[in-house]
This record gives sequence, C-alpha cells and structure tokens, in this order.
Amino acid sequence: MAAAGDEYDPTPSDDELEAHLQTRNMVVNLGPSHPATHGTVRLRIELDGENIVKMDTEVGFLHRGFQKSCENVTWTQVLPYTDRLDYVAALHNNFGYLTAVESLMGVDIPERAKYIRVIGAELHRISSHLTTAGALSLELGGFGAFLFAIEARELITDRITELTGARLTTSYGRIGGLNRDVPDGWNEKVLKTLLKVEELAGEVDTLLSRNRIFTDRTKGTGVITKEAALDFGFTGPCLRACGVNYDVRKANPYWVYDKLDFEVAIGHNGDNFDRYYMRVIEIRESIKMIRQAIAQMPQGPVMVDDWRIALPPKENVYNSIEGVISHFKLVMEGVPVPAGEVYSATESANGELGWYLKSDGSGRPYKVHVRAPGYQILAGLAHMCEGKMLADLIPTFDTINMIGGEVEQ
Amino acid sequence: MSTFALDQIQAQIPQALVERYVDRTGDAWGVVAREHIVAVAKLLKERLGFNLFISMDAVDRLHLEGPEQDPRFEVLYFLRNLERNELTRLKVRVNEGEDIPSIIKVFLGAEWGERFVWDFYGVAFAGGINKRILMYEEFVGHPLRKDYPLRGRQHLIPERPIKDIFRGPGTNGVQD
Repeated sequence: MAAAGDEYDPTPSDDELEAHLQTRNMVVNLGPSHPATHGTVRLRIELDGENIVKMDTEVGFLHRGFQKSCENVTWTQVLPYTDRLDYVAALHNNFGYLTAVESLMGVDIPERAKYIRVIGAELHRISSHLTTAGALSLELGGFGAFLFAIEARELITDRITELTGARLTTSYGRIGGLNRDVPDGWNEKVLKTLLKVEELAGEVDTLLSRNRIFTDRTKGTGVITKEAALDFGFTGPCLRACGVNYDVRKANPYWVYDKLDFEVAIGHNGDNFDRYYMRVIEIRESIKMIRQAIAQMPQGPVMVDDWRIALPPKENVYNSIEGVISHFKLVMEGVPVPAGEVYSATESANGELGWYLKSDGSGRPYKVHVRAPGYQILAGLAHMCEGKMLADLIPTFDTINMIGGEVEQ
Repeated sequence: MSTFALDQIQAQIPQALVERYVDRTGDAWGVVAREHIVAVAKLLKERLGFNLFISMDAVDRLHLEGPEQDPRFEVLYFLRNLERNELTRLKVRVNEGEDIPSIIKVFLGAEWGERFVWDFYGVAFAGGINKRILMYEEFVGHPLRKDYPLRGRQHLIPERPIKDIFRGPGTNGVQD
C-alpha cells in the first residue's frame, strides 16, 4: 500500500483490474451417473466462478431395502445381502455381521477360524485401499499408478476367489466359524502373492507420494478439522488422517488382533494427502499382519462343534436321526438366536462397521441396523467442499472412498 | 463394561434417565425421556468427552410381545468416547405422532441419522430437517415400519420439472 508522499507506483491493484460484470451463481449437477462418482450419488453444486458456494449431496439411487430384506429371512440368509454393502471389500461385511450375531448368541468360534478371518479381512483391506489410491491417481490424471494398483488388486481377488469361490460377492463364513477351510497350499500362495503385491503397492507409493503434480492437488485440499471430523462421525483412515488415534482393532480387539504386532497410522493435517497416505501405510501394516497370522495359524476345526449352529457332516445326515433332525431344523428354521440386542463393531476398510442387531427369538432378525462408515463420512462431504474450488471436489470425493452399496443400503 | 456415561447422566440430569438396563451380552443401555435428549447429548459431548458421533437408527416395536409394544418406536443413539474407550447406547421411546427434539445443533453428523429415521420410520424431529434421504420425496409411507408390506409397490412418478438448471444465453440473473 502506497503511503502519502511515496513515489508513483504503476502496478495496478486487483480492484482496478476487476471486470465489474453482472454474474450469477451457476448450478452444476455432478452425477448420479458420472465417471468420477464411482457409485451413484448426485452432487448439486452451486458455483460462483470456480468456487463452490453450496453443495447438496443426494443419495439413495442404489437403495435396495437392505434392512427390510434382512428382517424377512433367517439369520444365515442375511449373509449374501451383506456382500453388497461394501462390494469392494465384501469380507469385512460378512465377518462383521457374523461377529455381531456370534456375540449376541455368546458363541466363541475356533481359533483357526479367527486367524482365517483376519487373513481374509486384511487381504480385502489391501484390495480396498489399492482401489482408492488407484482411482484417486486416475482421476488426477495418473493412469500408470492406477494400473499398478489394479494389477495388485487382481492378484488379491484371485486369492479371494480360491478361498471363497467368488470374486466379489464372497458370502464366506457362517455363524459359528467358516463354511470351509482354506484350500491346500493356499497359505504359501498368499505369501508369494504378498511379495508381488508389496512390490506393486511400492510402485504406486513411489509414483504418487512424492509426485509434484499429485501432491499439489492433494496437500491442503479437502481439509477437515479433528473436531468437525468427530462431529460428523468420521472413522477409519479419514479420522486417523486428522490425528485421532482410533482403530477398532486396537481399541477393542476382536478375533486375534491382540496377538498381532502392528502399528496404527496417524496423520495430522486431515487433508486429501494424509487420507491417501494413511492407506499407503495401512497396506504395509496389513501385509505384515497377514504374514504373522499365517505363521501363527494353528491347525484344527474352523466351525463350532454344535449341531444347533453348524450343519452336521453329510454322513451323519444320511445315517443318523440326530443328524437329519439338526439338518432339517437348521435349514427350515435357521440358527436359533436368543431374544436380545447387541451393538458390535469391527474395523472395515473405511472405518468402524457397526451392527445393531435385535432378535425376538423367532429365528429371523427383528432389526438389522448397519452403521456404514461411508454414510457418516459422506454426510461431511459438503462441509469439506463448501467455499473451496470445484477441482478439489474430485480428490476429496476419492479419498473419502464413498461406496454406494454401504451408504445407500 | 463401563457405565460411566449413564452414571453421570443419572447424577447430573436425574429426571432425564427413565430406565437403564443391561443386555444379555453385558452392555449397559439407557432410556432417555424425549424432552431431555438435547441436554443429555450436550452433557455427553461437552462435559463427558463423548464427542464421536457413531450412528442413529430406530426400531418399530409393533410386532414385539405385550408391554414392549408401547411406545411404538425406539430411536437409538450411539456416541463414543475415545479417551475412555466407551460407547454410550441411548434410546428414546416415542409413540406415533410424537416428535423428538433434534440434536443436529450438538452433533453435525446427526442430520443424516435423523433424516434416515424420518425417512424409514416417520419419527419427526422438532427443529431438525425432516426430509427423506434414501427414498424419493414422492414415496408414500415409511418402508421400515413393520406394517409396511415387504413387496409394497408404488406407482411410477412423473418426471420432476427441472428448476435449478437454466440453458442458453444469460438472463442477467433472472431465473424463470
């Protein structure tokens, strides 16, 4: 600012150069079907130039009545519906639901089943995080990192297919354990796969984390404070990126997470880069955990030895009256879950996946509430984007990793 | 299981806690009178450190047996304290037509929770945004109520007029 008596300064001020034109805010619809909204969500964005003035998030295009469907089938038949929640990491939903039912029934599953659940869940965590990092890179213009991420994800998907028989809709595990043990030689194959995955995830990290274009687009964009993140109910990598140390696996260990040695990644800026980098670190930690779990995994059964919960072996069904009765009751009436209610939480790829289950003892769930981590995070998207640039919306939308299936149930 | 939150509510706002019980897995639940839910949420968040909003939902108790049927709806609130590693499980019981004071002034994340409860159970929130979230505005009824049919079909709706998009050269800010 020139003071009185100073020499003449020819540099014009911003105000002098401003074109005082009559403008108006423009409304842009992003989605519901748009390559960058990988899911179906409609964002109604009011723009002033390139700045977002107001944003409405409209969800529900993928709503398929998850809860209503669950209330009308037996407890075991709910399992295929849970695949479709977070379809990128279906095993988290399968195992989370089963753990909730088991805690309502007071059933303790065999040790080997717990280890296999950890391995399955961590494999899918890697796969989900790779997809997030890959899609983020793709939408910021980096096709190469996306291809490395998807190549690694494909290897994991192959292992999941060998384990469960399906690529995405796994429906693996049953109340009281698992429906089958791992295939012969699968553990060794997983260890070999991890070597390759580690290398490919390292490529993704090398291509992105110190890439100037990538860091310029992600550092300092989509920032959310710790207080606001807690207020909206952020969990998982998005909350930890704000510097909050909360991971269900450490806070309330389930299965065998208390026997594994792993670190929880904590960020401090709460921006897109931290949310991305939490995932890079978690991939490494998950690889570490799977190696430990495979080394520690004991031999033994994978299903509880109780014919009221587990289907009896076929030779018993065909040759003994007890077997026939148990089989018939399980198939026709389902697993007997006593009347009561429970809230149980596990850590899915996006955060705390909570289940509130209420049973009236009739053999069918009275109420199945799923606390999808993505639902609460998407609720905070408008807060993160209002007042910011339109271009920053895309990386923000990517790093919160909104999955249509779990948000819209 | 720790009952710190419920003990504190009982000590500080004794008239708010109508009932407390322990479920079969040993977790403590508190039933809060609906007019006190905002005060309880404020107390939990600001004084007791339950600042992580977990979720909200409701249960329609129409098909339960005997005394459990009344009041009809049970709205659930889950809040977490990370330092103490404790989850509060609260319930507010209301009948058809009664509304609950909204807690969106206390927890930003409750907006979508309350909209979900309104959308699927028809429990309104006084001072909240009673707008559908997953279903569409023209939908009639509340689908997660126990008396809503499983295969309930509704008529197709006409396409909505588009008001928020305007085409062509500018009209100097005048939107028709």
